[in-house]
Amino acid sequence: MIWLLDDTWIVITGALCAVACALPGCFMVLRKMSMMGDAISHAVLPGLAIGYLVAESRDALPMLLGAALVGVLTALFTQWVGQFGNVDRGAAMGIVFTTLFALGLVLIERAADHENIDLDPSCVLYGALEMAPLDLMTLGAWEIPRAALWLAVVLLLNLLIILLLYKEFNLSSFDPSLASTLGINATFMHYLLMSMVAVTTVASFEAVGSIIVIAMLIVPGATAYLLTQRLWVMLLLSALFGILASALGHVVAITVPTWFGFDSTSSSGMMATIAGLLFLLVWLFNPREGVWVPRRVNKTES
Amino acid sequence: MGIDAVLEDRPSASQRIREVPSHPDTVPLAIDDLTVAYQSKPVLWDIDLDIPEGKLVGIVGPNGAGKSTLIKACLDLVPKASGRVKVYGKAYSENRSLVGYVPQRESVDWDYPVSALDVVTMGTYGRIGLFNPVRKKHREEAMQALEHVGIGHLAKRQISQLSGGQQQRVFLARALAQDAKLYFMDEPFAAVDAATEQAIVGLLHELKEQGKTVLVVHHDLASVSQYFDWVVLLNMRVVNAGPTEEVFTRENLKATYGGKLALLDEAGQALRDSLR
Repeated sequence: MIWLLDDTWIVITGALCAVACALPGCFMVLRKMSMMGDAISHAVLPGLAIGYLVAESRDALPMLLGAALVGVLTALFTQWVGQFGNVDRGAAMGIVFTTLFALGLVLIERAADHENIDLDPSCVLYGALEMAPLDLMTLGAWEIPRAALWLAVVLLLNLLIILLLYKEFNLSSFDPSLASTLGINATFMHYLLMSMVAVTTVASFEAVGSIIVIAMLIVPGATAYLLTQRLWVMLLLSALFGILASALGHVVAITVPTWFGFDSTSSSGMMATIAGLLFLLVWLFNPREGVWVPRRVNKTES
Repeated sequence: MGIDAVLEDRPSASQRIREVPSHPDTVPLAIDDLTVAYQSKPVLWDIDLDIPEGKLVGIVGPNGAGKSTLIKACLDLVPKASGRVKVYGKAYSENRSLVGYVPQRESVDWDYPVSALDVVTMGTYGRIGLFNPVRKKHREEAMQALEHVGIGHLAKRQISQLSGGQQQRVFLARALAQDAKLYFMDEPFAAVDAATEQAIVGLLHELKEQGKTVLVVHHDLASVSQYFDWVVLLNMRVVNAGPTEEVFTRENLKATYGGKLALLDEAGQALRDSLR
């Protein structure tokens, strides 16, 4: 295996994305709305395209704002379709996100046709993690991949919001009614979380693609949930699983296929795969209630 | 006999209660002309109710009578189609800190990764305020509340590893930690063991002695006259409300549970049991 500086940047970029996703992802898992992450990460596409068309450039900020807006709208529309259309929550989500996703694809195709630009649908879907180290930005004495910088900013933002509003997120996830009676706006917390997911998704799109975003929003949090009974430990563990999946994923992607005479495979795809395998391992062997470990916890003892 | 018929041939509940002189700042809960509808289907109609201070109030009525909805409408958890709710003379949103709430036990996910103490500490969040972290002081207050309901030794246990009765005690401890003057409790006696039931009754009397007012949604008719000194009989409308010995009568129960024969028998049996 040949390890270059580029490989380090790929792992760092992947890990930044994984942790940025895992933090809000833990709350999605706990609120039993994991699929909302999937829906939002698809539905932000038109926001991305509109941001691009309005600003007429690939500046990240208008695209981020457009996507965040549509992300919140996705949550709102899902609520409305469910409420007024008399369909269940899953169907409402399916209707809203596929419609918005398709609209986004149409808008992107149109933008690409007319202006001869490089907003490429397949790039949005699959990302180009291997290309991330080629697009460098100078920050003081450092040359940092643009994607890593963006993801670091989003990660810090997510971390800051969760640290500042830790008890509000905690209570409104566990008991939204009590939260409301104490004056904590549970609806606002819901849409704040949705905005965080939308912004994180968009920041991750170009670098790593939507597949890894969907995986990293849910899988590290779900894995950590199997191992702990404390919220802050769950957040910490989910970040560690995200980092582990990124590092292992890239190593496996560049080594394992070559053993069988193939070229190295997609790193972001392998990162998501490893995250899933880690979940499987923890599910089977975790000491608390792993499938192959005898249950030791007595539920009713006092 | 339908409810309407009952309401016609006797002074309505609201008229009776209106005779009580009203002192806005000392009435813990004043409900005026409250109507609630779910998807344009009415659930509560024209509720007028003044709850006096320092009473243990049972809210009683058949399934679907709107008992939980009444509590939730008071707490702004469901939208009101019309009407006003005043807590100690002010809109509820201005007097939140005076109100404590115990939701139904099944309304939350008990697999959520927090300890019993964490849940009780949530009762202090209203006092802590936005952005501020939980401090040692708040955890100590929560610990005292847990000890008060007799499960201080379970403070560190994850909430899924508690029995139903212990979970209910955690919720009550959380309400104590809120340090309110007016409490709403949604079926705190549902599916708890006998020891917990007695502990809850003891706690209710303590709250009453401290001059606090407690509204309890209650299902078990047999224990109503034993536990509560005030009763609200509810079936979409307030059928009757007042001191238990005056209001909790066979005719009023018939009017409340009217038409539902099986329930009526049950109610009659319960009444006989309770009067025995």
